[in-house]
Amino acid sequence: MSDNGQTKMVPINIDGKDFEVPEGMNLVDACESVGVEVPHYCYHTHLSVSGNCRMCLVEMGTPMRDRATGEPIMDDETGKQKIGWMPKPAIACASKAAPGVHIKTQSELTKSCREGVMEFLLANHPLDCPICDQAGECRLQEFATDYGRGFSRYVEEKNVKPKRTVLGPRVTLDNERCILCSRCVRFCAEIDKNPVLGFTERGSHSTLTCYPGTQLDSNYSLNTVDICPVGALTSTDFRFKMRVWFLKPTKSICTESSAGVNTEVWSREGKLYRVTPRRNDEVNDSWMTDSGRMLYKMVESEARMQRFRIDGQVCTLGNAVLRARELIQLGPVAYVASGHLSVEEQAMLRKLVEKEPGSVTFVGHTKEGDGRLITNDRTPNVRGGLVTGLIKELPVAELDKLRRQLESGEIKTVVCYGEDLTKAGIPSELLKKANLVYLGTHRNATSDVARVLLPTLTVFEKTGTFINQQFRLQKFYQAVPGPAGLMPDVYILDALLAECAGGAPCRPTLEQIWQDLAAKVDILAEVKFNKIPETGLLLDGSAYAGLPFCEGSGWHFEPQRELAATSKF
Amino acid sequence: MSKVVERKPLTFLEKTYLPQIVGGLKITLQNAFRPKVTLQYPEERPPIPEGYRGVPTLVRDPNGREKCVSCQLCEFVCPPKAIRITPGEIPEESESVHVEKGPEDFEINMLRCIYCGMCQEVCPEEAIFLQDIYSVVGTTREEFVYHKQKLYELGGTLPDEHYKWDKKKAATERAAAGGHH
Ligand code: SF4
Ligand code: SF4
Ligand code: SF4
Ligand code: FES
Repeated sequence: MSDNGQTKMVPINIDGKDFEVPEGMNLVDACESVGVEVPHYCYHTHLSVSGNCRMCLVEMGTPMRDRATGEPIMDDETGKQKIGWMPKPAIACASKAAPGVHIKTQSELTKSCREGVMEFLLANHPLDCPICDQAGECRLQEFATDYGRGFSRYVEEKNVKPKRTVLGPRVTLDNERCILCSRCVRFCAEIDKNPVLGFTERGSHSTLTCYPGTQLDSNYSLNTVDICPVGALTSTDFRFKMRVWFLKPTKSICTESSAGVNTEVWSREGKLYRVTPRRNDEVNDSWMTDSGRMLYKMVESEARMQRFRIDGQVCTLGNAVLRARELIQLGPVAYVASGHLSVEEQAMLRKLVEKEPGSVTFVGHTKEGDGRLITNDRTPNVRGGLVTGLIKELPVAELDKLRRQLESGEIKTVVCYGEDLTKAGIPSELLKKANLVYLGTHRNATSDVARVLLPTLTVFEKTGTFINQQFRLQKFYQAVPGPAGLMPDVYILDALLAECAGGAPCRPTLEQIWQDLAAKVDILAEVKFNKIPETGLLLDGSAYAGLPFCEGSGWHFEPQRELAATSKF
Repeated sequence: MSKVVERKPLTFLEKTYLPQIVGGLKITLQNAFRPKVTLQYPEERPPIPEGYRGVPTLVRDPNGREKCVSCQLCEFVCPPKAIRITPGEIPEESESVHVEKGPEDFEINMLRCIYCGMCQEVCPEEAIFLQDIYSVVGTTREEFVYHKQKLYELGGTLPDEHYKWDKKKAATERAAAGGHH
């Protein structure tokens, strides 16, 4: 980086073509950024360089200078500076982009290097692709096809190693497939700071193991499965469930906490199979938690609400909305929601509140985070509530005020959005007496006593946006269809709003909701839903800097107030 | 300009229809004395030529091990999407636990199958073969979805050239006994 914070671009030459890349960028990444593939196994952008797989060998050279005078040596034929090629190939991953670097990724020497490396890697490889979960996203398969020799000369007996070693509660190791790239070892040591993995034995007997008495049980253990370039580390949950070529990835956001980890949700024919992290260097790099990956299981949970109901009786959306409107208009109403709602839902709810005024409270879900990708705020979108103007104050854990108001009869109707009020300090006897309208995805003690039930969709079944702790606006997309007969939350809110306002539901598209938001909210004035980048859009959250948000520092996040405190000195 | 098609009136002989009747009888009589070619199906069955593509079936190796490892390549390649596999893990107590993976269920919808043989061609384990079965009957749609058990019944056992997994198991046992590592 140069002084003004801008990355300096330097000229490099790849296969005879000139490119501009950021100075100091790793050459493997630099080549990738201009669309040239340098095959590699052990190098990972977010890990240290170990240079052990040798797959990234390329020919490298630099412009020549006279040693004595420092004058460039010119080539008379071309009129350009002469290139001093190194006599032997060098690994691209251990080199950085510097002005004038020349590399050859397609030369005969480079090709024969790759063939040689592939041959050695495959010498002891079990070739059990038909039963290997990595097949279809395996670097070994890809590079063997693209850069391998295409046939085997190895006639000796192959190594035999343990094939089902349990490394931890969520990770199973197939030692025969391991190519000893040490990515997993480096991840545990450098990122997870829990160095449990290592190699024992020597040569082709080398084996990945956990240090005696330890196991790979950190909440970040499944990241090793993601970065393992072959099928050696497998996820015990996903093991043998489905071949990856059937799975469709959908971009999503993890709802585990306000970190807003970028994810990819993998589904086939409406069924979810796994969740993996999606790279975002400003939020989660390439990582996510194991606990966040398991959240998809809620979609098929037994407790899912499937039908609209009035007093326990199944009914149509129209009737349920009608009844909800009657209850809302009956008495002084209070709204309870949370940061689990998307920005669009919060915007729609705000419209409803404007039509049928009442107090809006967010229930907070705070629990100590891990200082990494799990923040203290276990909802993804509290800041959305602030930005849309739905709430002015931060969420509370206990709804004492609402309880008193219900006890005194000051509030008669409660519209509860996905929260379990009994856990927030309101006894269910009190709720039974109130007129409770419940919107949510799953049954709980509160929905059991609700007068009207309006089932909604989970984050995997709808499209929308969240605003994370950095005030980064991030999009998630629908991966699977919701249960039959249900519809996105915004449609339900729209139906309720139309019922209250006495019009016909207009089923607003997300673009329409965003047009509306852009007109109402200053910091969203420039935002268009379709234009929000996949890596998120950083909003100006300075207006909320004074609020005592509960997040502590984590990866890619420092709380504002601490920054303010330190800057005083 | 319109064209006038001339219609010739029938001659006397044609009006008697006799030449046509005689001609027809000639063909009938010729065929009546030809050798018979009709098969009395279903009592009689046609010989099935080599390489015939009948119903796709699953086969076992001569040791009775199910060969399919549920790699789902056939499911992927099948043009009309007739195949549906539920992959599963082979339980620890099974003889072939070293194979690790096998189909929990394997369905082929014979109403969808077009008998193209792609599944047989793609199978890396030589586990699915289009053999000589050509008569597929049933009275409901469900009956035409053949499940794993039926597919194995129809497939039977075929000779194996490789015994790949048996060799793997032997190598593992040798290694465990302190042989080649
Ligand atoms: S298990 Fe995977 S990531 Fe770890 S060293 Fe082996 S190949 Fe590399
Ligand atoms: S024969 Fe062709 S259509 Fe039938 S199951 Fe095999 S691949 Fe599918
Ligand atoms: S029949 Fe062959 S191709 Fe199909 S799943 Fe089994 S092993 Fe794979
Ligand atoms: S990626 Fe460069 S040596 Fe492995």
